[in-house]
Amino acid sequence: MTQAQVKYAGTAVADPMTPVLFEVGKIKRELSDTFTLELISQSGNPFSFKPGQFTMLYQFGVGEVPISISGDPLNPSKLTHTIRAVGKVTEAMMRLKKGDMVGVRGPFGTNWPVEAAEGSDVVIITGGVGLAPLRPAIYHLLANRKRYGNICIYYGARTPEDILFRKQLEKWRGRFDLKVEVTVDRALAGWNGRVGVVTKLLDLGGFDADQTVAMVCGPEVMMRFSVRALNELGVRNDSIYVSMERNMKCAVGFCGHCQYGSAFVCKDGPVFPFSDLEEIFDVREL
Amino acid sequence: MVKKTDLGPILEGHPFFDGMDEGARKLIVGCAKNAVFHDDDMVYKEGAAADTFYLIRHGSIALEVHTPAREPLVIETLSNGEILGWSWLVPPYRCRFDARAIGVVRAIAIDAKCLRGKCEKDHSLGYQFYKQFLPVISSRLGAARLQMIDMYGDPIAYAQKTQAVEKDTLPAKPTPGKVKKAKGKKS
Repeated sequence: MTQAQVKYAGTAVADPMTPVLFEVGKIKRELSDTFTLELISQSGNPFSFKPGQFTMLYQFGVGEVPISISGDPLNPSKLTHTIRAVGKVTEAMMRLKKGDMVGVRGPFGTNWPVEAAEGSDVVIITGGVGLAPLRPAIYHLLANRKRYGNICIYYGARTPEDILFRKQLEKWRGRFDLKVEVTVDRALAGWNGRVGVVTKLLDLGGFDADQTVAMVCGPEVMMRFSVRALNELGVRNDSIYVSMERNMKCAVGFCGHCQYGSAFVCKDGPVFPFSDLEEIFDVREL
Repeated sequence: MVKKTDLGPILEGHPFFDGMDEGARKLIVGCAKNAVFHDDDMVYKEGAAADTFYLIRHGSIALEVHTPAREPLVIETLSNGEILGWSWLVPPYRCRFDARAIGVVRAIAIDAKCLRGKCEKDHSLGYQFYKQFLPVISSRLGAARLQMIDMYGDPIAYAQKTQAVEKDTLPAKPTPGKVKKAKGKKS
């Protein structure tokens, strides 16, 4: 599997620098600082994307931010983003109401290797809001379940109250053909689930290291330790994919804000095979 | 009820004993017995004598810190195949946290006091034990450090708290200096 195989051919819009109008169809508060926006295209055209890609969302009069798509790629009539309010733009977006308009550019970037992973076991390691960019990949895996070996979803959150898509995780956990484990960093007595770091879930196994494609998304420190843990279990770096986050602005590799080594995260990423990053992943200055 | 003599194969199959020689395992069987805990049972309390450690065969145990006027905080859960308790290796041999069963837990309880005596007499056995326990201690220390950094917390809020960074400024950017006063305006 090479990076070229997971690259997406191009963007769906004619001019990637021009935002297209979308209407807010639904807004759902997921956590105290995290919400999901369901957007409906004003043109009526379906919005096709591949799991792992992102868009540039424009809040008029405030600014533009890169947000990964968190919806189902098989349902292109709705464009879904799950957003954590951590700045002026995303905080303004949290105040959006049904019927408000936003601008959308994209989709941009590389995707999770869901096609290249066919025939292999798939292990998904994710933490915090990092589950959102992986959810489209999970939808794809489940829609094509027979094409994959074992599928494990290992998710970590700060506390039980911070578990994203909790009902969905519980539903997935009820399936016989899926291993879903959740852990939190801390909890009060009464929480009957696991407490501990997400990498510890890998000790539960459920996949054959030689035949596994791992998809990892979360805070960079979490990804660093997850990759190490996967390596210790025998998963090779060219079978591990990570989603990187940098200061993306233009989203088409012109402005250079998201340069990461010799790559631009917006154009060459955000999903990279770890083998392409192993030389620079630990370079603190990048 | 499983007899003591039947515990040999069970110990052999427990991941903790991977790589341990048969002689050492046989010695441990003499100090081992079955234990069952029901939901919410306290396995041990902070400050109690650390005279027993447990090999969890089935179920989960929460390690908790008790603080007055607050609910106990669960700092880690341990489950199938894991070891509960290593304070018996380190003076003053007191448990450092509370341990509480979550649901039914089946475990093998090892008389640590007896084992300490055996290790003291047979340094080769003691060395083997430390070799088995050290990776457990190291991995828990690493995990505790990762939990401490609050990696899923809001990075901007953390930077603001610790470095006075403006909102919407990525942590990687330089911390902005004080805002200059506009010319011609009196404060």
